[in-house]
Amino acid sequence: MEVARGPFRNGRRKRCGAACEQEHPGELSFLGGGYYDHYVPAAVDALTGRSEFYTAYTPYQPECSQGTLQSIYEYQSAICRLTEMEYANASLYDGGTAVFEAAAMAVRVTGRSKVVVHPSMNPRHVELLHTHCANLPIEIVEGEDPTDAACVIAQNPDFIGTVRDLTALGDACHAAGALFVMTFYPVSLGILKTPGAMGADIAIAEGQSIGMPLGFGGPYLGILATRKKYVRKMPGRIAGATVDGEGRRGFVLTLQAREQHIRRSKAMSNICSNQALCALRALVHLSLLGKEGLREQAVICHSKAEYLKGQLGFAELLNDGPTFNEFAIRLPKSADDVIAALQPQGIHAGLPLSSLSTGDPMDLLIAVTEKHTREDLDRFAKALEEAACS
Amino acid sequence: MQLIYEKSEPGRRAIRWDVLDVPEAKLPEALCRSEAAALPEVAEIDVVRHFTHLSQRNVGIDDTFYPLGSCTMKYNPKIAEVTAAMPGMAQLHPHLSTAPVYQSAVQGAYEMIFALERDLAEIAGMKAASLQPIAGAHGELAGTLLMAAYHRDRGNTGKDTIIVPDSAHGTNPASAVMAGFKVVEVASDEDGTIHLDQFRAVMNDKVAGIMLTCPNTHGLFEKKVAEIAKIAHESGALLYYDGANLNAILGECRPGDLGFDVMHYNLHKTFATPHGMGGPGCGPVGVGERLLPYLPGPRVVQKDDGYALETPEKSIGRMASFFGNFLIAVRAYAYLRHYGDEGLRDISKMAVLNANYIWARLKPYYRPAFEGRFMHEAVFSAVPQAEKGVKAMDIAKALLDRGYHAPTVYFPLTVKECLMIEPTETESKETLDAFCDAMIEIAQLAESNPEAITSAPKTTPVSRLDEVKAARDLDCAYL
Repeated sequence: MEVARGPFRNGRRKRCGAACEQEHPGELSFLGGGYYDHYVPAAVDALTGRSEFYTAYTPYQPECSQGTLQSIYEYQSAICRLTEMEYANASLYDGGTAVFEAAAMAVRVTGRSKVVVHPSMNPRHVELLHTHCANLPIEIVEGEDPTDAACVIAQNPDFIGTVRDLTALGDACHAAGALFVMTFYPVSLGILKTPGAMGADIAIAEGQSIGMPLGFGGPYLGILATRKKYVRKMPGRIAGATVDGEGRRGFVLTLQAREQHIRRSKAMSNICSNQALCALRALVHLSLLGKEGLREQAVICHSKAEYLKGQLGFAELLNDGPTFNEFAIRLPKSADDVIAALQPQGIHAGLPLSSLSTGDPMDLLIAVTEKHTREDLDRFAKALEEAACS
Repeated sequence: MQLIYEKSEPGRRAIRWDVLDVPEAKLPEALCRSEAAALPEVAEIDVVRHFTHLSQRNVGIDDTFYPLGSCTMKYNPKIAEVTAAMPGMAQLHPHLSTAPVYQSAVQGAYEMIFALERDLAEIAGMKAASLQPIAGAHGELAGTLLMAAYHRDRGNTGKDTIIVPDSAHGTNPASAVMAGFKVVEVASDEDGTIHLDQFRAVMNDKVAGIMLTCPNTHGLFEKKVAEIAKIAHESGALLYYDGANLNAILGECRPGDLGFDVMHYNLHKTFATPHGMGGPGCGPVGVGERLLPYLPGPRVVQKDDGYALETPEKSIGRMASFFGNFLIAVRAYAYLRHYGDEGLRDISKMAVLNANYIWARLKPYYRPAFEGRFMHEAVFSAVPQAEKGVKAMDIAKALLDRGYHAPTVYFPLTVKECLMIEPTETESKETLDAFCDAMIEIAQLAESNPEAITSAPKTTPVSRLDEVKAARDLDCAYL
């Protein structure tokens, strides 16, 4: 029997005919920069759209909130399995604010006040760190020297997509008595070496890529995981397993003495509302992808990005090492001009690095996901070359 | 119930990707993980049944009355969900706002942000608002950072303290400390509002700001607020409004007119966006004249040829990577457009009426924490019941058995055996009556058969859980 595999297959850009295209032009987009247009299975919306989940509040009454509490416990487990870390919290706001929470946690753990920001970091997240620390006795310096520092915060892949093994940086941190904080990209951990394996003390991430719509900036998901010895210094809620009066397994919020509603001015963080529904989205998403599905997704993203890279010989590659699904190129002319030329064709060509003050006006950051077909990539490469070299 | 991991079978899967249409590329082994992440191996139907069953072990507003005080658990209109799911909202890449070259692609989103910020400012009598703060506590942090920037800019050295009433939410002191301030607590008067003499006693040149909730967490309007504002401003301090209870005063009075300089809104409370099991919320910050130049940036501004971004001259910088929890703001915007100013006024009136109806029906059975009428929530003390062995927590559990979510218990900390009941405006008299009947039956059982209450809950998926064991034998992940 032969049945055609149509355009509705998983992961493809959904093109459901001319009428639909008209309604929302469905740009072919290569924007990334920490936020990616990944496939989200329909069951994620269907299940997290159940109002028993989304119209409930914080599980203050655990007996009637086991759905919430078990899902948080399962989410924490998924994050630990993904990162090879020992403890994860129930969620923070997003990847940007998680950088500040991780820095503040490292300051609490070490009693030191210097926070070192590695050049690999997302510049937007560094901006947030400065805003949040403006009135605190925390010194933020750029570099990778852990001497006298509370922590070094580094990102892998780095902001322009280069993949590194940061184990040596982690070792240097530990030798200097500093914590190693690592920001990761959840989808990349389908294949990349984990924060746990590289010796991270705190692993943080923007969780948008595992089940959240792009939504113009939120709601997203702040992921934070750590080692056992630091769990009591961790910000945010944590669910733990226990038993009820009849010996049945159940779940509660635990270690609450770290939190603002108990500890008030001495709390580990002021966080109250977090992103529980987004954590549920991530859990359902990861459960649907599963062990093999996530690994394959990472392989597909990487392979398609490498294919596109191979089509862009006319431009200079800016990464000094292997990349995962994102890379930066220097065009022969202004990136803004090239982007403007491609927009009428329904193509969003990527992120001009100069808009984040991290590159030359000719530099363009390009992200590829499993949603891009080979035809999409060919069309983009051709259009980009025409615009850049004309 | 089993965990999703316990349902895992090697090789089973829910998703199959398309056949790779480009050559497979490989990264150097040294950069790769040694084993695939041990995520569940399950079919789609396994996932669907698992999470459907989990949802059935939960209770939301769509299931039952949820009078969780201070949380404003009102009905969440479905139109807001439909609006936020529109592809033009849900699929918009945030970095389209980073490069001005993409500006034409985000005019609709900018218009929504501009209009909602304007409406929020108008509702609270503020000069402007910013949607950047991601949750209420994040809005508090933004507000306290704004106060710090204001004092720094004016050379007001030594203003390192923030005054917080003892009835405040725990987030107030925690946020002030995260913004680098010291915190001084001031006690409540016997009438449940701020103690004016004690306030005067702690008020000095070191005070940068005062954080007030109004109505406060006792459910009472802070009648001395004008005097507090006068004292604060005379000594160069700023007044912060915690918007947690804004639902009580919509269209009746505005924090800005009362003398507040800065505030946050909880869109997930007042403006009906779903609470999502504890988030995502949305906590915009609003400012009056004094703090306007310091607002988080960039901001959406209206130009002759459309909307664009601008950063205020003395901005504290970015509080969020983009525009906060944008899709939550979209829901609040849909809510506002749905009700308009007349509708908003009715909301507050009904919220206050409903709380006072509960107070009137229950006061023969439960001791009101304070004299006189409440605003949006009725606060009782179960001390008389506790003396007979039935604590506030027992009453909460007995309500679960009767099909209700419990009120907030043991908060505020100022009221012993506290029961804090906030019905909101969306409940009918019949619902309130049925709930009050259940509360009265529990009060009567507390007298006649306390054991029937202290052994609750019996109908929930689990009975009371061992919290001491959870903390002692820490098990926070299935590995």
